[in-house]
Amino acid sequence: MKYLFLLYDNEDAWDAMEEAEKNEIYGAYMAYTEALRKAGAHIAGEPLSHSREGKRVRSADVQDGPFVDGKEQLGGFYMIEADNLDDALGWAARCPCAAIGHVEVRPVWNIGG
Amino acid sequence: MAADADKSARAAAEAVARASYGRLLAWLASRTSDVAAAEDALAEAFRAALESWPQRGAPHNPEAWLLTAARRKLIDVARRRKTRSGAEPNLLLAAKEAEAAARESPVFPDERLKLLFICAHPAIDKAVRTPLMLQTVLGLDAAHIASAFLTSPAAMSGRLVRAKRKIKAAGIPFETPALPDLSARLSAVLDAIYAAYGAGWDAAGADEVCVADLTQEAIYLADLAAALLPGEPEIWGLLSLMKHAEGRKEARRVNGAYVPLEAQDTTRWDREMIAAAETALARAWGCRNTGRYQLEAAIQSAHAASKLYGRDVSGDVAALYESLLDLAPSVGAHVGYAAALTAAGKAQDALRALERIDEKTAKRYQPYWAVRAKILDALGRLDEAATARERAVGLTQDPAVRAFLRASASSAD
Repeated sequence: MKYLFLLYDNEDAWDAMEEAEKNEIYGAYMAYTEALRKAGAHIAGEPLSHSREGKRVRSADVQDGPFVDGKEQLGGFYMIEADNLDDALGWAARCPCAAIGHVEVRPVWNIGG
Repeated sequence: MAADADKSARAAAEAVARASYGRLLAWLASRTSDVAAAEDALAEAFRAALESWPQRGAPHNPEAWLLTAARRKLIDVARRRKTRSGAEPNLLLAAKEAEAAARESPVFPDERLKLLFICAHPAIDKAVRTPLMLQTVLGLDAAHIASAFLTSPAAMSGRLVRAKRKIKAAGIPFETPALPDLSARLSAVLDAIYAAYGAGWDAAGADEVCVADLTQEAIYLADLAAALLPGEPEIWGLLSLMKHAEGRKEARRVNGAYVPLEAQDTTRWDREMIAAAETALARAWGCRNTGRYQLEAAIQSAHAASKLYGRDVSGDVAALYESLLDLAPSVGAHVGYAAALTAAGKAQDALRALERIDEKTAKRYQPYWAVRAKILDALGRLDEAATARERAVGLTQDPAVRAFLRASASSAD
């Protein structure tokens, strides 16, 4: 089963962080990604640039970000392979983002499957 | 005025719920053989209490009041089912008995032991045994239990409902198993209690206090089991094991930072709790019938002696792990054995001990990588140690433990 993890955290808090603290979190993400890879669970994953760099397109109308819908913004994602939902939730809980912001876990819709 | 009465009625209902939920439910369920019906009846009784008590004041004997109210609900259900699908003699009989018990209360019999055995019955899926116990004996709600076991509330509710349906459909008897089966059945009960403790312990790093409370709930369940079956050494062993861990709780985390056993400040230990752990262990050994939990408790007792009295216990601990592996070769025991061998200066043997763990399990098991890093450090294979430590970091849920592992990497360099 494929699962998409949507990583939400507070961009302003992140911007205000000391370099050392940021490096610690980078390190945690690297270790987490490596653990996913070595367990054969990693499919893809990337951090996203600040939501102010985002654009929204609806019909022919384009809007500039940021789109502030709440305190936490989408800041990255992982696509993983897990045995089942509990397994996926176990991986999500280990994601550094789970302790900083929150991780939304969405099963990939298996069309025709 | 009305608000005050409401508040005190709520407080009274909550106090009874905390103290008696399990006893009331066990009593009702053991007579209906239908856990879900008993839960519904009891929930209805609590709802009625919250309506009635603010107006008339909390009754003199709240448990009797609740049993009577639950009885009414059971009769309603039985009548409705009777018109639909024939008689429900169990429900009616239970309702009648509830009336009698309510009159004689507060000394209605404690059936919680039967409920513990039902929850850990071999026909019930292993993964749902602990949640079932937490819900039926302690009255915890499904969402709270789900978080403790890192599963979704909807999935957890579904599992609990299915388990209760199975108890009813399969006619799993509400009884304390007879002697030949007792120890096997009891060990399933103890495993489920220990799993509750483990879930609370894992979450102890999180801010959510309600989840961490599971450690207290587990000790409560084991205390209950010990009071009801005082001649069973494994119950005392489990109690001792959990109390040793509980006694070190405050020292394990200082200002948010994780502190491993070796570095703990024993003045932060709860010495009364540790003494209770030792008493429980002595009581277990007195029965002269070793078991898994007694050995695990003995290992913790040795660690405590080492910290408190500076005794070298590394050989004892390794030997205890060998006995434990003979009895119960769990992945945790393998890793613990490897750590004990490292502490005893046998890092090469420790590495071999780790290799007995299968690869798929190891890939997700944080302690495997943390101990592996330690062993490789001891062998002077620092690059490999660093790689293993990164794997441990990547598998860690608790940011404090992550920070600790990182810090131990820089001190090993």
